[in-house]
Amino acid sequence: MVYQDTISRVLYIDVKDKKFWITDRKDLFDKYIGGTGVATQLLLEECPMGIDPLSPDNPIIFAVGPLVGVFPLASKTVAMFKSPHTGDLGESHAGGRSAIAIRLAGYGAIVIKGASDFPVYVSVQGNQVFFKDATTLWGMNSSLTPARIMREREKGAGYRTILRIGPAGEKMISYACVVSETYRHFGRLGLGAVFGSKKLKGIIISGKQSLKVTDSKKYKQLYKQIYDQAVNSEVMRKYHDLGTPINVMALNNLGGLPTKNLQQTSFEQAKEISGENIAEKYLGKRIACAHCPTACVHLANLRESYKDSPYFYKTTYVGYDYEPLFSLGTMLGIENAKDILILIEEVEKYAMDAMSAGVILAWATEMFEKKLISTVETAGVEPAWNNTKAYVDMLAKIIKQENDFYKALGRGVVYASEIYGGKEFALAHGKNEMSGYHTGPASHLGYLLSARHSHLCNAGYSLDQSLLMEKEVSPEEIVDKLVEEEGVRQILSSLVVCFFSRAIYKDMNLISELLALMGIKYSAEDLKRLGREIHSEKFKFKLREGFSFENLKLADRVYETKAPTGYISRDYIERALIYAKKIIEK
Amino acid sequence: MKKLSVIDNKRCTACQSCMFACSRRDGHGGLSNSCIGVKTAGGFEGDMTIVVCRACADPPCAKVCPTNALIPKSTGGVRLEKTKCIGCKLCQQTCVIDAVFWNKEENKPVICIQCGYCVGFCPHNVIKLVTK
Ligand code: SF4
Ligand code: SF4
Ligand code: SF4
Repeated sequence: MVYQDTISRVLYIDVKDKKFWITDRKDLFDKYIGGTGVATQLLLEECPMGIDPLSPDNPIIFAVGPLVGVFPLASKTVAMFKSPHTGDLGESHAGGRSAIAIRLAGYGAIVIKGASDFPVYVSVQGNQVFFKDATTLWGMNSSLTPARIMREREKGAGYRTILRIGPAGEKMISYACVVSETYRHFGRLGLGAVFGSKKLKGIIISGKQSLKVTDSKKYKQLYKQIYDQAVNSEVMRKYHDLGTPINVMALNNLGGLPTKNLQQTSFEQAKEISGENIAEKYLGKRIACAHCPTACVHLANLRESYKDSPYFYKTTYVGYDYEPLFSLGTMLGIENAKDILILIEEVEKYAMDAMSAGVILAWATEMFEKKLISTVETAGVEPAWNNTKAYVDMLAKIIKQENDFYKALGRGVVYASEIYGGKEFALAHGKNEMSGYHTGPASHLGYLLSARHSHLCNAGYSLDQSLLMEKEVSPEEIVDKLVEEEGVRQILSSLVVCFFSRAIYKDMNLISELLALMGIKYSAEDLKRLGREIHSEKFKFKLREGFSFENLKLADRVYETKAPTGYISRDYIERALIYAKKIIEK
Repeated sequence: MKKLSVIDNKRCTACQSCMFACSRRDGHGGLSNSCIGVKTAGGFEGDMTIVVCRACADPPCAKVCPTNALIPKSTGGVRLEKTKCIGCKLCQQTCVIDAVFWNKEENKPVICIQCGYCVGFCPHNVIKLVTK
């Protein structure tokens, strides 16, 4: 490591006793680079076996990597915790300004322990940590207001991140998210609920230190090379032009777009809610994560009238990606782009995972349609495809935890279907609601086997398209490919480069060269080996907490609805899982 | 003479590429050496504010410097003579647009010298060197 680099400094914060300390963990950073690699080790150290994820013992770990603040697109923070949604490994990534702020405040990782007796927010300014009473901010009905207050009260504008929860986190809804800079999220697996269980409203981190490299000339030259690729190359175009919403039409045409709780895989109104149409009618502007020239964050301009007063309007910027267009759009049969934006705005206000929320509402709609539940359970609401108003009401009732049914909805489709039935169409992988790709067996296997349970963490979706649609490939071969790609992604998420830039950063020789500039020595071979090792370290945690390959199941619906590769066969999935167990557990 | 100008702040995505470029002039990563700053005005839903020295003709920052470490340039703006600077921060307090940035590690101000390096790294044509 370059002398004095601060990457190996870990800030420990105890919110119960309001104290903090800094420990140098060169041991971990030397061995595991940073990000996912280091966070996994800190989680194994800090999280006692078998704990309740909402107990004070569950640690929150944030980690970044050495390239952050040095090269563009190294812009993610990895969060790790035991997930209150699945009881399994919780890993979630977010950008915004979080990674840059943590790195330039002089840390490689932050560990938050204990639980406060009263609401607090924490402000990290370089080597100092301040604990602020957040009692007054607790219970506000939107996540935006407390953020504004923290922003106005705290120093470091332009150099800081504000990570905070909303009502869902306070209520410990198991898929509550943590929001960073209004439009980015630690979305999946319930980090927001863990914040809530600690009475931690938010954390602000600011910093702007310099980071030394070993060879300035080479540094500038490599920087320019990566920057040019990021700005000019074709591989990044998808992310900045229409952004991920381009997938709506792509998947619709393919017949892999989950619609109406996966009863269909294409949507009659796909054009209306497509990335193309939303860009044309609503795209208001684009913003970027810190140190990312791509600017993939698309914000739609949502203008709504007040029904009670003529010529009275409000205008809101709503962030949209492919995932919420699927979960709060096609899954709910929403036929109109504006209505999806309204639903996204609601979910943002409560700060809950948009993907889980949509899939849960879709399940409830089908339950109601099939008369497995009635207005008794729904407290008077009549959910139906395309009924935006009903969905807005139901989201509010989940937050209010109005009755037992809504309490169950606050814990996910698997939990709710265990009580109310409808397991055959409760769409989740390892208790985490599905993401927007029903492209074939590889996509579902990817979610089941991913060490992180999010669509971006596996190659399944592209394997379906590049391989399985072309020819027969054995389940064993698919698993091998998925596991191999997982290894590469462990390295990317240990460097914390954005997965959207994986085409630029997947070259292990390049990574080795970039790390060498920071005085960190890994050969391309070392990196490959390390990727596999980190993957198996994660499984160490998962297996310890009760993960088992035998328990992995897909809802019947997944087999009943044709994918672009044809109907998915149970036998194929079973063979794949038996093989996966063999190679991962070994 | 050329002056760094903000052409259209509404195009700014807050990507910070300019800030990192400016700091990289000294050959390193991070932001401590940057003298251009991008802030949100009222969160990311608002327009961005790009803060950078306007190269005043009769620079107020130089006038308050007790050691004459900031030397007015004939083309506007200032040049810092580091060895003279005592780190008193008077210049920073004087500049009404907050264009005097502070390098904490050196305890010295960093003020734009109109070199244009950042312009090459703004992907969205927000900033430009314009001839006055
Ligand atoms: S730093 Fe401020 S006062 Fe000094 S020349 Fe620049 S804009 Fe003028
Ligand atoms: S013109 Fe040069 S000194 Fe001024 S902000 Fe840009 S890079 Fe920095
Ligand atoms: S590089 Fe351009 S778009 Fe990016 S923050 Fe600077 S001025 Fe804004």
